[in-house]
Amino acid sequence: MHLVFPAVLAALLFCVGLYGVLARRNAVLMLMSVELMLNAVNLNLVAFDVWLRDALHSGQALTLFTITVAAAEIGLGLAIVLLIFRNRGTADIDRVGRLTDGDEKADGDEKADSAETVGDDEMEGVG
Amino acid sequence: MNLAAVVPLDSTHGFLSPSGVEIVFVLVGLGVLGAALLTVTTKQLVHAALWLVVALGGLAIEYLLLTAEFIAWVQVLIYVGAVVVLVLFGLMLTRAPIGVSPDADSGNRWLALGVALAAAATLVTLVVDAFRCTWIDLGTVAGSTKANGVTLFRYWVLPFEALSVLLLAALVGAIVLSRREKKEP
Repeated sequence: MHLVFPAVLAALLFCVGLYGVLARRNAVLMLMSVELMLNAVNLNLVAFDVWLRDALHSGQALTLFTITVAAAEIGLGLAIVLLIFRNRGTADIDRVGRLTDGDEKADGDEKADSAETVGDDEMEGVG
Repeated sequence: MNLAAVVPLDSTHGFLSPSGVEIVFVLVGLGVLGAALLTVTTKQLVHAALWLVVALGGLAIEYLLLTAEFIAWVQVLIYVGAVVVLVLFGLMLTRAPIGVSPDADSGNRWLALGVALAAAATLVTLVVDAFRCTWIDLGTVAGSTKANGVTLFRYWVLPFEALSVLLLAALVGAIVLSRREKKEP
């Protein structure tokens, strides 16, 4: 098999995932796009391992490790997203601009107000 | 495939030597790409997760075609089995709407499209130029379960154990994050 086929497929899949990460607004959909990017890397690893015939099978071992790390990543990522959803009532990336725990109004036109009260919120966060 | 073992590779293969494996690989690859595109563009959030199943399952078939059977089944088990179920639970717990949600894409999607197209053009040009004359010999199986197990437990034991600690840490972290704190009076 020509090596270009899996390599090009992996490159295109990575770019589709890149588009998803940049363009999606929901945090869970963003995590799905990250999974697509990780899978593109896995396909590259497997293809090059099969091409090089490594005696240690390092490409496939690394693929297994990547899959495990991806599973851990999606678990933690979803836990964080659920925590944000519970605190803010939204899983919208564009509306989660701050890490402090204030009672932020989740509207776009409240930006000015929230900018004024940032000092108070930081004090609350420390306390 | 058996022919490649006898004669030198470059003399038997043209630039695009369409063997059966290659044709199937390209067809499944087109399916995977289409499903991935639908995953990142569809307006219905649950449909995106289901298209992700199609893309990841197609990738498992690609692994099988590359004779990496153990990776293929691990892909089916972990990605299609576990990760997609987690994603579906995440969608439900964040109260994703079932129908069409028009604000699934953020405002910078044209910028994202430009970035993705530029990256795709660069990567594909580079990859095609670099591996124009390279062929994979699929005559012998490269990723049988036995070979993978032997190398994993003979040469990669320490990273394997470190990964189990990582999984434990992720488990504890997820529990700590999603535990509801008691309200202070």
